[in-house]
Amino acid sequence: MREIQAKTITEAVKNLCIKACYNLPHDTYEALHSLKETEKSESAKHILNDLIENADIAYQGEVPICQDTGVAVLFVEIGQDVHVAGNLEEALHEGVRQGYVQGYLRKSVVAEPLFDRINTKDNTPAFIHYSIVQGDKIKIRVAPKGAGSENKSIVRMLVPAEGIEGVKNVILEAVKKAGPNSCPPMVVGVGLGGTMEVCAINAKKACMRDINTENPDKRYAELEKELLTLVNKTGIGAQGFGGTSTAIRVHIEWSPTHIASLPVAVNINCHAARHAEIIL
Amino acid sequence: MRQNKIHITAPFSSETVQKLRAGDQVLITGTILTARDAAHKRLIESLEKGENLPLNLEQAVIYYTGPSPARPGLPVGSAGPTTSGRMDKYTPTLIEKCKISGMIGKGYRSEEVIESIKKFTVPYLVTLGGAGALIAKSIKKYTVLAYDDLGAEAIAAMEVEDFPAIVAIDVLGNNFYEQGQAPYKEI
Repeated sequence: MREIQAKTITEAVKNLCIKACYNLPHDTYEALHSLKETEKSESAKHILNDLIENADIAYQGEVPICQDTGVAVLFVEIGQDVHVAGNLEEALHEGVRQGYVQGYLRKSVVAEPLFDRINTKDNTPAFIHYSIVQGDKIKIRVAPKGAGSENKSIVRMLVPAEGIEGVKNVILEAVKKAGPNSCPPMVVGVGLGGTMEVCAINAKKACMRDINTENPDKRYAELEKELLTLVNKTGIGAQGFGGTSTAIRVHIEWSPTHIASLPVAVNINCHAARHAEIIL
Repeated sequence: MRQNKIHITAPFSSETVQKLRAGDQVLITGTILTARDAAHKRLIESLEKGENLPLNLEQAVIYYTGPSPARPGLPVGSAGPTTSGRMDKYTPTLIEKCKISGMIGKGYRSEEVIESIKKFTVPYLVTLGGAGALIAKSIKKYTVLAYDDLGAEAIAAMEVEDFPAIVAIDVLGNNFYEQGQAPYKEI
């Protein structure tokens, strides 16, 4: 059994937090350039240029792309043949703590949601999704998530008879409500199937997926393209100022589900679609 | 969106607020005040209790932002706008009772806020969401004035030079989001 030290995990998470907040992922950067080619509004082209310039300034000046450096969402895949020497969970939180403090990232977590709302001052706890996989490695994906886009999420428990049209309507409803608040051009993450919480996690995974990927099932890949075309007909455009670049991508992730259910979740990401990953 | 950029100073004069039209691009120089969710809540709670506010907001231009921490030698880190709609519950009171002269944020406003914008001639401007690194270039000084314990949510004075913004809702109620989206809206 392979052993990984907890401190190695902490160091990796720290660096991923900083990298994700300062460096626009290359695929997203390229996608913003591509949108300029297809955008019909001259004003929106200027906006897209500003977003690209912002990414350049952030990268060169080591300053966050956006002041809302988010809550730290972590997807951790643990190989069943790995042993972590030390406390894995604490190592992950400590990495977030060090990344947000040492990297001049904003601390945006309150300890409790309703009564006191006191800031924890180090952006912990992280929100961690674990899965156990084959092999002897650990894959960690850090996705800082801001509230402007997160607050526009939707979960709907449709019934099977509502079908593809029902799904499309939920997605369009989410996009229209998000409008400028989610800092478009957005990445629309759609979760389908499972139970309520599985569906929501699917949506989160979908909006963190690399830009230049499509669902491996051709029917869903086609639906992703069709939905992107639809979303870009809303007219919202970059920053909500109008145009044809409302979304960069629509991604779908799905799970098996109950005979009576058709859960749909929509989780929207801003134009930065921040994420960074390492395999240890 | 008109491509020529109008230079204006903050706080906004009555002449400035009257001439700005939805879709105008402006470059703001002067002093703006930061305030977001927690600061708004405290201000309104103080007003409701009849307490004195920790600072005079008359003529202030309020910028909805919570900057990321500054590196040594810099005034702020990243400092883009946050969602204005979360302040809608408090904004009409801030306009009417505190007599602010303008607001800067991102996103749509409620009907009630738009009515206050028209009635009290307080324009609503927006700047680029998710472009806090670019916007920070125009921020020269950041001084906390109140609610220091709120950290990034404290009320601070920002000295700005050529701070980029767009007039989203002017004092006549013209709405740039509606105007800008209409030609491209197919569904």
